[in-house]
Amino acid sequence: MAKRSFKNSALPTILTYLGLAIGLVFSTFPIVWMFFSSLKSNTEIFALPPRLLPKDFTLAAYLTIFNDPVKVRFFINSYFVAGVVTCLTLVIAILTAYGFSRYSFRFKNTLNIFIISTQTVPPITLLIPYFGMVVAFRIFDTYLALILTYMVFTLPYAVLLMTGYLNTLPKELDEAVLVDGGSSWTALWRVIVPVSIPGIVATAVYTFLLAWNEFLFALTLTKSMNLRTVPIGIQLLMGQHAFEWNEMMAMSVLGSLPLLVLYLVAQRYFLAGMTAGSVKS
Amino acid sequence: MNHSAPALVAAQVKARRKGRLRYSTLRKLVPYFYVSPATLLLVLLMLFPMVMVFKYSLMDGAIMKKDAAFAGVQNYLTIFENPVFWQSVAQTMYFTIMSVVFHFIIGLAFALLLNTNRVDPLIRSVLRVLFILPWLFTAVIIAIIWRLLLDPNGVVNSVLMALHIINFKVEWFSSTRTAIHALTFANIWAGYPLYMVSLLAGLQGISKELYEAAGIDGANELEKFWYITIPQLMPIIISIALLDFIWTMQVFPLVWMTTGGGPIYSTEVLSTFTYKLAFSQYEFSLASASAMIILIISMSVTYFYIKHQQRR
Repeated sequence: MAKRSFKNSALPTILTYLGLAIGLVFSTFPIVWMFFSSLKSNTEIFALPPRLLPKDFTLAAYLTIFNDPVKVRFFINSYFVAGVVTCLTLVIAILTAYGFSRYSFRFKNTLNIFIISTQTVPPITLLIPYFGMVVAFRIFDTYLALILTYMVFTLPYAVLLMTGYLNTLPKELDEAVLVDGGSSWTALWRVIVPVSIPGIVATAVYTFLLAWNEFLFALTLTKSMNLRTVPIGIQLLMGQHAFEWNEMMAMSVLGSLPLLVLYLVAQRYFLAGMTAGSVKS
Repeated sequence: MNHSAPALVAAQVKARRKGRLRYSTLRKLVPYFYVSPATLLLVLLMLFPMVMVFKYSLMDGAIMKKDAAFAGVQNYLTIFENPVFWQSVAQTMYFTIMSVVFHFIIGLAFALLLNTNRVDPLIRSVLRVLFILPWLFTAVIIAIIWRLLLDPNGVVNSVLMALHIINFKVEWFSSTRTAIHALTFANIWAGYPLYMVSLLAGLQGISKELYEAAGIDGANELEKFWYITIPQLMPIIISIALLDFIWTMQVFPLVWMTTGGGPIYSTEVLSTFTYKLAFSQYEFSLASASAMIILIISMSVTYFYIKHQQRR
């Protein structure tokens, strides 16, 4: 009898925990390994037998990066470009989402399909005409080229996420303002935006993530070192000193840090926003 | 109240005082005012460039020559004659299909594990946050991490040799036999969380009554999973899998940063093939034709995606 109830209750629980433990190793081991490698000396990284924790803990790799103005510049560029893209995308996406969720108008369905299908246009297809256009308009190797082109793939997600979120808000909220004689513009900024903070945070985090991680356009539309972003910086570092693993790991840790911090701070909003936007839209 | 409002909406309020007719015409314009910035930007940065790339693909010496001549479908024929192109197609498909299948399996397994109430809720919520982490890392960093782990002297080889699974140091990314698999594995690691998040939300949306009813009818756990969970999740599975298929097919940075398409084209995918045509060989017309082929494949899958989304 006792054995039977053990089988019924304890075994599935043990198996579940075992599965979760395997999952935890699978998902985080590479990240943990990266982090501790950044604290090792270069000779220790491939030491045998491999050790997770550094024997001689050192911040040398981080200090090298902080003392190199070129590398610091990669971070400034990434923060600047991703920050500007996020702000612009948010404003435009909020306007569009409000239009979509509160009005019905001609071409609404067409426009909706257009925005959904822009999600799936291959970046490599756009890259070639962008290169031609950016050169023709003389904005090759400028922040403007990056900011403009990034928006083409941050906007669709931001619009879909925000529309998904605004659709969950009752229409009575902003209709109250309209009934009182206020304009829809007032209703949007005074009523809708303040109650949409969770959705806006989720959208902002996702937009920042996309912009921070962008590689292909940054690689092709900029050339000078003082415009390079973190992903390109890491790539260049990899080409130049292929054996400075600890420094590359330190760059990777620093390059992931803003996303990790944003995600951990906003994960409650982020997960809710993602599912509201992606699953229901 | 309206001092900061743009002209159109201010006029809307003014018109309200003046007369009904003018007000109602302006009122019809209000939604267009809201959606126009995004529409304008996407048309300029999406539709116009697509027309351009199509034009380039029909020219001879696009971008490079000032007076590039019309070449018809010649560029497409040249691409189709290139054996590396077909090898890239096959490798892209292998990489994409394996990624989508394993993203789904791992994403579903993790979602199910995180959804049971057998586990302490605190542990569950902590793991939920941790399991998503790979998704946050940029492709370049994912590439670097896996190059470190899969280095011939790296930890993966050490562990596999200690366990006597292999008896020599495998050069995962630089052997033609293993490179495409190593690459696919790294991509599988990086991409399952999207499925996990979506499927977890889907699981939480399934009504408990369905399971109770099935339980009364004598269904076991496996039957409940097969006849309730999977059908209920199907719409989400199809959406995410179609999107993932399109996105994975276009992957560039991960390949570029791990193998660069090599050794000897063994990991060449459509995007790296196209990129090299354009920015290593400066064959922008050929690259445009290749980019158009990727676009056509993507858009045909997108067609099913949109049809599916609209049915939901």
